[in-house]
Amino acid sequence: MKKEMMKKLLLAVVLSTLTIALSGCTGDKSGEENSSNSGAAAAETASASSITIGIPQDLEDSLDPHKAVAAGTKEVLFNVFEGLVKPDSDGNLNPAVASDYAISEDGKTYTFTLREGVKFHDGSTVTAADVKYSIERCADTSSGTPLVPAFSNITEVAVVGDDTIEIKLAEPSTDFLTYLTTAIIPEANQTPETTPIGTGPYKYVSRSPQEKIVMERFDEYWGEKANIKDVIFKVVANADTIVMELEGGGIDMFARVTPAQANQLSDKFNVEEGTMNLVQAVYLNHETECFKDARVRQALCYGLDRQLVLDFVSEGKGTIIGSSMFPAFGKYYMEELAGLYTKDVEKAKQLLTEAGYPDGITFTMHVPSNYQQHIDTAQVVAEQWKEIGVTANIELIEWDSWLGDVYTNRNYEATVVGVDAATMTAYAMLERFQSTSDSNFINYNNPEYDKAFTNAVSTVDDAKQTEYYKQCEEILAEDAANVYIQDIVELVAINKKYAGYEFYPLYVQDISKLYIVE
Amino acid sequence: MKYVVKKLSAMLLVIIIVSFLAFLAFSVISGDPALSKLGTQATPERLEALREEMGLNRPLLVRYGDWATHFLQGDMGESYDYNMPVKEMIGDKLPITISLTLMSFVIMTVLAIPLGIYTAKHENGLIDRIIYILNQVIMAIPPFFSGILITWIFGLVLKLFTPGGFVSYKEDVGGFFWYLLFPAIAIALPKCAMTVKLLRAAILDEVKAGYVRTAYSKGNNTNKVLYYHVLKNAMIPVVTFLGMALADILAGSIVIEQVFNIPGIGRILLTSISNRDYPVVQAIIVLIAVWVIVINFVVDMIYKVIDPRID
Repeated sequence: MKKEMMKKLLLAVVLSTLTIALSGCTGDKSGEENSSNSGAAAAETASASSITIGIPQDLEDSLDPHKAVAAGTKEVLFNVFEGLVKPDSDGNLNPAVASDYAISEDGKTYTFTLREGVKFHDGSTVTAADVKYSIERCADTSSGTPLVPAFSNITEVAVVGDDTIEIKLAEPSTDFLTYLTTAIIPEANQTPETTPIGTGPYKYVSRSPQEKIVMERFDEYWGEKANIKDVIFKVVANADTIVMELEGGGIDMFARVTPAQANQLSDKFNVEEGTMNLVQAVYLNHETECFKDARVRQALCYGLDRQLVLDFVSEGKGTIIGSSMFPAFGKYYMEELAGLYTKDVEKAKQLLTEAGYPDGITFTMHVPSNYQQHIDTAQVVAEQWKEIGVTANIELIEWDSWLGDVYTNRNYEATVVGVDAATMTAYAMLERFQSTSDSNFINYNNPEYDKAFTNAVSTVDDAKQTEYYKQCEEILAEDAANVYIQDIVELVAINKKYAGYEFYPLYVQDISKLYIVE
Repeated sequence: MKYVVKKLSAMLLVIIIVSFLAFLAFSVISGDPALSKLGTQATPERLEALREEMGLNRPLLVRYGDWATHFLQGDMGESYDYNMPVKEMIGDKLPITISLTLMSFVIMTVLAIPLGIYTAKHENGLIDRIIYILNQVIMAIPPFFSGILITWIFGLVLKLFTPGGFVSYKEDVGGFFWYLLFPAIAIALPKCAMTVKLLRAAILDEVKAGYVRTAYSKGNNTNKVLYYHVLKNAMIPVVTFLGMALADILAGSIVIEQVFNIPGIGRILLTSISNRDYPVVQAIIVLIAVWVIVINFVVDMIYKVIDPRID
């Protein structure tokens, strides 16, 4: 009897598994129809107003624009949030939520006139109180440093009229305006982490962790409305599948493909070429005994043919740089520093001998394992340094460990990474090399640099200030603070159905400019 | 009853040990969830404030105790990264990974058992030899590689599916299963090859036993001897292997999810580990532990059905 039961049970299991298998088969037909349908429909209606954009990682830090820190998160949120002012693709700041602004003569009072009728994505109108709330939220010092460190300079945010707001500063500041790109969010929103509401050209619709983020055009946007209605940011965590997804139609666009991937793409795609706007270098921890001597650091610079790095890593594309500044910075960028060190094995060996290391040196380079371009670079660099008797062992570490061990605890000898600018200011690029800076992860300590930097910050005259910042760059280059390599080439693969991609001097993806090619 | 109580308490013990080890592992390796959230903008003060807010400054045992109490009450906590309940996050993805696992299991058994019997029956025949060679080749190819091959052949050349064109079961059930079919095959193939090999060997082993001769002498034909007598005995090692394989397939689907860009449990697990999103990692680890334990339990039960002498 019991056996009978068991037999029936087994039969039931077998049958049910068969049903699953069969449903798989029926699925096959509908699946096929679907794919052919979507293929045809794609060209006509559905995709006429939609685009799927591949992103290498999900927005894991926060959807709250004030708490988001990762560059990969900010570049997506750029489409959802705006500040009083907003950068354009030339790096200029244009009024956004504010329609106009005035800076007092002493540089201490910034007065903003709010644009009339700017709407949040929930339909409510932006008020001066929302602006005050947003700025004060970022200036709040109750958890130590404010969310926007530059806001520690604010003494008061005052609502002067219905559409006027005044920000008073303790010290005059010339580049304070760049920080007012800080997102304006509604005071009424209790859950900015899970329901982000902004004023940008796209509004957030939904998300599925590690899968996608869905956005929709905001039809009540104050400015020029976006062209494409539905945008999906799809997580493509495995870099090996990017080309397949593009070719198969899983995604329509992917920013930052490698040159090798770009070569594999068929003629269905355009590859736009720009730069990543970061400073890739072998960053040296100046607390390491051998790197305390400038001659050793210079030797490392002389031991390197940067063009060879570019040739190997990105087929010769990219821009060689010689200091902590990249070309998008315009007037601050010093092209001449790129040629300061040309490969000279004899000179490098001589410098090492003078510094007391005739037999060369050995150290470890920690490279974050999620950035292929930095790993490739590290390998080419280490290979070249063998010629001057320098052994650089490469150790790959997880990004999270990198943040902890290398960046925060500064427990490393050398690392290859790219450093970008949070805002379009020379300050953002150069502040970290002050000996007292919190973000001085290379432990750089040079009184001459500190002096030049302090001069730059305290100068109001723009030309003079630029001079001082350039002096800072020169010091970094001549002192060989780091082994500067390049601003990496950025290749954007985009299906020929779409056009209008614009490169920004910042780390953003502006989707609102994209349009469908008929 | 006694047996069930014994099994259940063992299960609880295993889960406690596994979850505690996971907790311990994270306190040993470097990295911290607060730092992961703040990234390069971490300052000592902000880091400290966030750590306090997340309750990371409490001693390990207190944190574990806190987590365990909540977990037992059915509260898996909230993801650090997504600010959403872990239950919701996993609940959304679990059907995907479970479907994938079961599909590969079905494919594996449906293919392997008939093939195993056939090759044993026609030992050293042409088809047996061909399958033997195929088996060796397939066993040597890891699933992630066969996954890439399958994507290339079925996805890009034959265009049977869109690589990366995963559709959620919520949107289109048919499309969902159709897409999962290919990764399921990639996972099932090597396991299938092993099962065929094992079953064939087990049957050929049993055929030499005395009872087979007795069965023949009673006038049974080959088919009857094979299906009524030999197969039952030969199934014991195969069932063991199938049980192990079912646990292993879950691990395999975590890898294959990366190749086919399927947003299942595997993807969530990998990213939450690298972001140190403890509540999510803990919940998934416990789920996997339960899965393995349940499978072992079921395998034990099946032994009893096949061979009543086992207890």
